[in-house]
Amino acid sequence: MSQPTEPEVTAAPQPAQGRVAVRKNRVARTVLWMSLVLVLAIAAYLFWGRDRLPAAEVLQVLGGQKVPGTSFIIMSDRLPRVAVGALAGAGLGISGALFQRWLGNPLASPDVIGVGYGASAAAVLAMITLGYTDWKLNAFALAGGLVVAALIYWLSASGKRTGPRLILAGLAIGAMLQALIQYLLTQAEVNTASDVMHWLTGSLSSSNWNSALVLLITLGALGALLLPFVLRQLKMLELGEDSAAALGVNVPWARVLLVFVAVAMGALPIAITGPLAFVAFLAGPISAALSRGPINIPLAGLTGAALVIVANFFAANLFAETALPVGVITGAFGAPFLIWILVRANSTGNGA
Amino acid sequence: MTATESTTRQTPAGAGPRLPRKLGAFLVLSVLLVLAVAASLLFGARPVSLSTVGDALWHFDANNGDQGVVASRFARTVGALVVGAALGLAGAGLQGLTRNPLADTGILGLNAGSAMSVVLAIAFFGVSSLTGIMMAAFIGAAVVMTLVYLVANVGRDGATPIKLALGGAAMAVGVGAITNAILMVSDSTLDRFRKWQIGSLSSTPIDTFLGAIPMVAIGALILLSTARVSNAVSMGDDTATALGFNLGRARLLGSIGVVILAGTATAVAGPIAFVGLMIPHAVRLLVGSDYRWLMPGSLLAGPVLLLVADTVGRVIAPPSEIQVGVMCAMIGGPLFILMMRSGMKSVSL
Repeated sequence: MSQPTEPEVTAAPQPAQGRVAVRKNRVARTVLWMSLVLVLAIAAYLFWGRDRLPAAEVLQVLGGQKVPGTSFIIMSDRLPRVAVGALAGAGLGISGALFQRWLGNPLASPDVIGVGYGASAAAVLAMITLGYTDWKLNAFALAGGLVVAALIYWLSASGKRTGPRLILAGLAIGAMLQALIQYLLTQAEVNTASDVMHWLTGSLSSSNWNSALVLLITLGALGALLLPFVLRQLKMLELGEDSAAALGVNVPWARVLLVFVAVAMGALPIAITGPLAFVAFLAGPISAALSRGPINIPLAGLTGAALVIVANFFAANLFAETALPVGVITGAFGAPFLIWILVRANSTGNGA
Repeated sequence: MTATESTTRQTPAGAGPRLPRKLGAFLVLSVLLVLAVAASLLFGARPVSLSTVGDALWHFDANNGDQGVVASRFARTVGALVVGAALGLAGAGLQGLTRNPLADTGILGLNAGSAMSVVLAIAFFGVSSLTGIMMAAFIGAAVVMTLVYLVANVGRDGATPIKLALGGAAMAVGVGAITNAILMVSDSTLDRFRKWQIGSLSSTPIDTFLGAIPMVAIGALILLSTARVSNAVSMGDDTATALGFNLGRARLLGSIGVVILAGTATAVAGPIAFVGLMIPHAVRLLVGSDYRWLMPGSLLAGPVLLLVADTVGRVIAPPSEIQVGVMCAMIGGPLFILMMRSGMKSVSL
């Protein structure tokens, strides 16, 4: 790792400035490491693993040439998967981190407070009772996430206790939606139920360039147009809502916009891949632990992308016979990871 | 309502309403319980008369179809009583021991642990007996609870509510992913499991529920014995220790009680969400936050909720029925939100 300046050097004249510089340094270092992990995991998935392709042919395909067989595998399967996985992970990571930072609580990620279940329940409803499998399914999932978020927000938005109330209302709505999903599962034929289970686990197997493009455009538009604005307002909201109002922020609208961006960033990936367990929950805390600072939203997005891509490599190669859905990996391997973070944060005394 | 002003952290001695009102609350709960049992026997897809219920109870005639209906309702009524009591009390016990208003067998991951363990037992070891499934459920719940507690306990301030909830949520998602993975590999397990997973009292023979009663009784006795410690804990761990309570031992004992109750309930009826979270909060509004009242109150109120939920689920869309797990969530969710909005200050995160 090329390290431009050592922390000791930058921590010179004024202590406060020094701390900021050190933190920026740490964030930059974490970005570099995360990007490296991301690139390595993509390379490993493309070049190495169970169904290994000749490296020379893969390079030729990546260089734009046509190689029978290899071209198809790389261009129609592996690259779209990587693209969808990275975009979905980034969206989920940003979504989770926005909620976690705004509510000041690592529990408050969209999958815990019911938004993820909203998207899932709507999609399951569309699959089982309406028989949708195409883009209508995705539209249902997005609409479900937004409706549930609006409901939770409406139930909790009154005065200063919005944060805890939102988490509680979300837990309640989430439990109801889980029950609804289970009920729909019992109403389905066993084959359909099996398909729904597969989707509910979160998988990249149906990824194609189309879904990648949809994610790129929607997440890209949100990230480029609204996210910078939301981040500025979030910083002021964190000073306290009175201070934010004094600084000229329209607090209710800032909150509505924040919730909209956070929900859309999380529900769009769920609409495409199904709920990838833990990514939204973990990306923020992991990035914060690595950079040893507060949750950094773009860094959380990068971390989310890296999580999904690494999980995708393991999902494809862990077992000799079958490829697992990536959600199994993010779920099963995510748990010890979060425990590691908890233990680490606890033992240094700045635990949640 | 004065009860809303009591908080979980308040001194128990001064908490909640006076004695006559507490006794009144217990009377109301008992009457509700009797009414709920009656409703559960009388109402369903096929209505029966009160005299038929009486006949079925006192001189049962196996050839009489109406009496057969009552007999099947009798089984699930017993089931609702056993499971409701177990879940209600387990929720109260968890909230007390962890000083966590959000503690619930679901949120701390116990249901998920039991479910994974049961699915493993069914899929890989061909377990089908009640004893086997119950053992599997205990082991799953105990392992998850131990892990969650150990993780939360690292560090200076020990197992704080937020650390417990975080560890539990982490465990629930991880364990749920493993459960899903097993279910996806085996369609036959999925078919058997999806009906169980929803939380249902139908088509379970009465012997199963009767067999669970001793375990629930043991768990209840163990947990009720920790009521005074829970009161002390609500003033803070340091105060409780200063008052001479051995917190480590009390928490271990309480955990055993919770695991027995939650594991038994999950084993016989599947994971039923919400009862353990909601019942103690509702009872707290009635009797205050003294655990010597709150725990028995939850024991009474749990079955009421489950009986009502099961009965409504049978009546609401005949001829099919909506499982009690779904109904509990559909009744419990809005009620919980209503309580939250009406200024439940006891919940501080």
